[in-house]
Amino acid sequence: MTPKDEIHVPINSDSDIVTARQQGRTMALEAGFGDTDLTVISTAISEVARNIVEHALSGEIILRIEHNGSKAGLVITARDDGPGIPDIALAMQDGYSTGKGLGLGLPGTKRLMDEFDIVSDPEIGTTVIMKKWRN
Amino acid sequence: MRVPILKQGKYLIASIQSALSDYELLQLRDDLAAQVGKYRTRGVIVDVTVLDVMDSFAVRTLRAIAQIARMRGAETIIVGIQPEVAFAMVQLGLTLGQVETALDLEEGLALLDDRTRQDGNRDAER
Repeated sequence: MTPKDEIHVPINSDSDIVTARQQGRTMALEAGFGDTDLTVISTAISEVARNIVEHALSGEIILRIEHNGSKAGLVITARDDGPGIPDIALAMQDGYSTGKGLGLGLPGTKRLMDEFDIVSDPEIGTTVIMKKWRN
Repeated sequence: MRVPILKQGKYLIASIQSALSDYELLQLRDDLAAQVGKYRTRGVIVDVTVLDVMDSFAVRTLRAIAQIARMRGAETIIVGIQPEVAFAMVQLGLTLGQVETALDLEEGLALLDDRTRQDGNRDAER
């Protein structure tokens, strides 16, 4: 794996949200994703990066290209060491929000992606791993 | 970067030039709220043509801009939402609510002209 295949973007402030989604777009473009997917991927990165800024203050977004046979996909990992999500099932319901969002963040983001997993622990923080496969 | 706001006749046109951080979006909201009063504006256009992402924060801020302007007597039209952006917004579950949209700046100006002409007729009847 060349270093270019994985990018770490530290998330500490709202301007890092823009950096993360632009890096994600660039990586997806190089991997051959189409225009609609590029926007969908950027939007999903924006939502999970904002979750970090609002709930955990700092964390990182890791972007990686994954190959599965002839398929290529973008794997986005959003990791923070914040207070964790006490009730993930509740947080994944449309309309539920503790922050400043519209309550669409996590369930909406899941709809944008092909795969979406979330693990959260008050001791460790929250990690979201999501994938988009190239059509 | 601060979004430039052009005064054109009785309208204000905020033409977004690049991707905006949350802070810059809030700055645009506050600048427009102040300028609607300062210039006695009847209509506001926010041109989002260059935005390649409209996430939940951007949509919520645009809705706030329109609501604030309405309370100050001005209509707001969002113009230039790209097809891919519209697609992602719908999948994410975002709507602009009561905020009016138009395809581009030209359509947006025509829509504002319609709105304010109606107001003018109503004024004349009094």
